[in-house]
Amino acid sequence: MKQFRYLQRTTPHEAMAALDATPNSAFLAGGTTLIDLMKLDVEQPSDVIDINPLPLDRIEALPGGGVRIGALARNSEVARHELIRTQYPVLAEALLSGASPQLRNMATVGGNIMQRTRCYYFRDVSFACNKRLPGSGCPALDGFNRIHAIFGTSENCIATNPSDMNVALTALDSMIRVSGRNGERTIPFEDFHLVPGESPQRETLLEKGDLITAVDIPASSFAANSLYLKVRDRASYEFALASVALAIEMSDGRIANARMAFGGVATKPWRARNVEQVLTGSEPSEDLFERAARAAVEGALPRRDNAFKVELLQRAVVKALRVLRQAGKMGVRA
Amino acid sequence: MTKETPVLTEESAVSIATQQDSSELTISFNVNGVRRDLRLDARVTLLDALREHLHLTGTKKGCDHGQCGACTVLVNGVRVNSCLSFAAMHQGREITTVEGLANGAELHPVQQAFLEHDAFQCGYCTPGQIMSATGFLSEPIDSHTDLEDLIRENMSGNLCRCGAYPNILAAVLQALENSKGERQ
Repeated sequence: MKQFRYLQRTTPHEAMAALDATPNSAFLAGGTTLIDLMKLDVEQPSDVIDINPLPLDRIEALPGGGVRIGALARNSEVARHELIRTQYPVLAEALLSGASPQLRNMATVGGNIMQRTRCYYFRDVSFACNKRLPGSGCPALDGFNRIHAIFGTSENCIATNPSDMNVALTALDSMIRVSGRNGERTIPFEDFHLVPGESPQRETLLEKGDLITAVDIPASSFAANSLYLKVRDRASYEFALASVALAIEMSDGRIANARMAFGGVATKPWRARNVEQVLTGSEPSEDLFERAARAAVEGALPRRDNAFKVELLQRAVVKALRVLRQAGKMGVRA
Repeated sequence: MTKETPVLTEESAVSIATQQDSSELTISFNVNGVRRDLRLDARVTLLDALREHLHLTGTKKGCDHGQCGACTVLVNGVRVNSCLSFAAMHQGREITTVEGLANGAELHPVQQAFLEHDAFQCGYCTPGQIMSATGFLSEPIDSHTDLEDLIRENMSGNLCRCGAYPNILAAVLQALENSKGERQ
């Protein structure tokens, strides 16, 4: 690991000033991504700013509905919080499906949002990688790409966003609260992460000196009727090959409102608006679920080793809808 | 550069002052109830501080990337991977390692259960398994889930290459059932 200066800050203002003071600095929260990647020399910050003392770990109901989750709330704390478990089950389930209990006790919400890809080539500095070294090339394109993305890819990068939490927060219309040089702003979760395009090294809308302070989930009529389905190579402690966040509001036997987002298949948390359109206004049925699944993979661009994800995602979409229906959350229990 | 001072009172507790801006740091925390003061390179992980600087080699280094769980310790009672944490992040905290579980000659109930169920073969993952199970027992549990499924899921962060999982499961189940009385 390269040598670095360790700084600890206790207020957001001081932390942002410290980050701004040097070009190659990084915030340290749970450490589960940053320290891992520093050991691999993928990350080589000159200054590491420990922000754990910042007062940003609260989970609180918002006036008028919704919830605000502080950026330093630990993944395990969020998952077991009464409000999250009962009103936002898709988020609790997504968090509990990620990593291990030990890692969830460490990892923060802000850090999870900023989690880096698990692409083998990104994590191994002996390979070229357009994220690490822009313009150096992408060995994943024609290499072993079983875990890679089928949506949002470019000829420069096909790495997936590995987070489960991000998928749930995308489906829930969440907003990311950011403090920066010009004060506070909020960014819709769906817009926050960027597809790689010509610049895979730029992964989010954050600017130098920005600090994520919280995530707001607005009040909704669908969040309580939700689930997270994750398909992976092991029963536990493994990243998604495909995952589905689903939330449904019913009215008069029809789907009045649907939210769906995918993980494990895209370069960013993938909101499936076309599937939501297929579902909205219709009565739940196996036929509808099959049509939703077909819509889910429109525009998919599989590579040599990940073509199975096209079928896997369709089955995951159907299963997620069936499970929610069988739980009695689409009107009459099927 | 270590010194041992038993921590007995509030007054002797380590302060949680913010760290100096440097690549070398002075760090104080309590390990198994004993105050430890260290001068460390900022790169030193909590795991390496325990093993190499404090010579508490019960905590094991397996993958060193948060994938195997052999390095699991408790920080303020919460189980974490000590390999993915810098020692400097733990100023003023209470660290519990496998060396700190037993009460003299009396084993901790989780240690006793591992012995009774022969829940290991080579033993390398065992301190991490025991610390993880100990952390698990203090966490809120979902009583609607099948206990064995619950344990498998909650112990998934600890790998055992010998494949002692059935006996580990039996040991943790015994410890969980024994702790139920205390929970209620």
